[in-house]
Amino acid sequence: MSVSASAPVIAIQGVSKAFGHGSGPRVVALENINLDIVAGEFVALLGPSGCGKSTLLRLIGDLTTPTSGQVLVNGKPAPQARRDRDYGMVFQQATLYDWRSVSQNVQLPLEIMRYPRAQREARAREMLQLVKLTDFANTYPWQLSGGMQQRVAIARALSFAPSLLLMDEPFGALDEMTREHMQLELLNIWGQTRTTVVFVTHSIPEAVFLASRVVVMSARPGRVAGIIDVDLPRPRGFDTREDPRFFQKITEVRELLRHEETGPAGAGATA
Amino acid sequence: MSQRLNAVPGLEPVALPAPAGWGARFSAGLRRYLPALVVFVAFLVLWEAAVAIFKIEGFILPRPSVIAATFIEELPIIIPAGLFTLREAGGGFLIGCSLAVLMALATARWTILSEGFMPFAIMVNATPIVALAPIMNNWFGITNPMAKMSIVAILVFFPVMINTVRGLTLVDSGALELLRSYAAGEFTVLAQLRLPNALPFMFSAFKVAGALSVIGAIVSEYFGGSRAALGIYISQQAALFHFAEAWAAIIVACGMGLAFYIVILLAERWLMPWHASQRAADD
Repeated sequence: MSVSASAPVIAIQGVSKAFGHGSGPRVVALENINLDIVAGEFVALLGPSGCGKSTLLRLIGDLTTPTSGQVLVNGKPAPQARRDRDYGMVFQQATLYDWRSVSQNVQLPLEIMRYPRAQREARAREMLQLVKLTDFANTYPWQLSGGMQQRVAIARALSFAPSLLLMDEPFGALDEMTREHMQLELLNIWGQTRTTVVFVTHSIPEAVFLASRVVVMSARPGRVAGIIDVDLPRPRGFDTREDPRFFQKITEVRELLRHEETGPAGAGATA
Repeated sequence: MSQRLNAVPGLEPVALPAPAGWGARFSAGLRRYLPALVVFVAFLVLWEAAVAIFKIEGFILPRPSVIAATFIEELPIIIPAGLFTLREAGGGFLIGCSLAVLMALATARWTILSEGFMPFAIMVNATPIVALAPIMNNWFGITNPMAKMSIVAILVFFPVMINTVRGLTLVDSGALELLRSYAAGEFTVLAQLRLPNALPFMFSAFKVAGALSVIGAIVSEYFGGSRAALGIYISQQAALFHFAEAWAAIIVACGMGLAFYIVILLAERWLMPWHASQRAADD
């Protein structure tokens, strides 16, 4: 592959993933996925549960390996990219370490990567400022609300300036109001860092509000049903949610999902 | 403190709001422990009254007041005896817990070890360990504290090992994947995640093991040993129908168990200031 300005940060080439071993039934989670993601993009993976969107994210992050096909990240295989620490990850649960203060949690990856202490602390301050938790640096995770915990997780993921931010339903456990607030914050952070983001969600408005491209997936077997460009103007904010074009995009995505469900005649009806 | 302020010439005495000082702390502590204190005192009063009313003979159940008097009288003997036994219990505890934690680390790291070792450990645990006391006396010599320490060590080994293994392996999968995403090495996973995760499990095992080690030391002394030991003292006094003396020694044994517990509790607070069970206390 030639290295050029438009070379994809993530190249997913003919990737399939099947689960199950021995004589048990094999479940095909993903079938022949092809997808390129370029630098600075905000891509949402959207679909019903069981469509393999989380599995796809985990394949990109080398938390699981494909049955066939390959994932290239920054031009190298995903395992190499993981070893090179190209990924910052945020899961549905904040998975903060109880025994570390907020600041120490943010410093965890930096500690593992052996950054000097002064640099770690400075970086943690900077990150906490970014997620607006400066005053909470010395508190412990259990003293924070769910939304604040997730902000710490985002600060931690960005602390070592990875080229990719992989987010697996990061706001799925939050209430609706907190969720919308966090979406704004995330766009704000993305605007400042310009990190490439891959964001898994099953919420259509969330995908449309955040992403520049929405990859719509369908289940059994998991595959890409279609990709919808969301060209809503940025910066997006409260007004975006009331913009007719926002609703238009939501309808567009919903149509695609519905078409997929009813398309292959009653395939999922008895499942 | 207020005197110093008054002593400054030309200044009005400053009325400072009393900080949560000794007095306030004392009354707060009193309020907290009052129910326990009331129950304890009521227990002693009932005991004393029951012995008097039902005319229970002193060799069946001595009065608490008699036990207290004997306790003070016998202090020069039972305190050194208690310290001797405490040394056995403490030494055995340290040996047993250290070996258990090391074994747990190895077991958590190499599954094959766990599969081979666990059935054996369960078998050892099913053995009434104090039954080994005469054999240990034979191995190490009846007056050698090592004979008792080895009983204590075997006694505490199993609960500590099982709990530590559980703490090392029952780790949140998300937290593990997080470290994987940083390409963290095995030692980092152990130091940053598995060990801190295991600490609460380990401390609850240490508390059980602390009580076990005092039991183990005293009961194995019943099978003979140095004259200056608490278990020997209890069995000898009981044989001579000196039951008040035996009870006085049991008070010392109780104090030893409590001391163990408090030391472990303090270590726990110091090592894990974050832990949930301590959150209520540190407001």
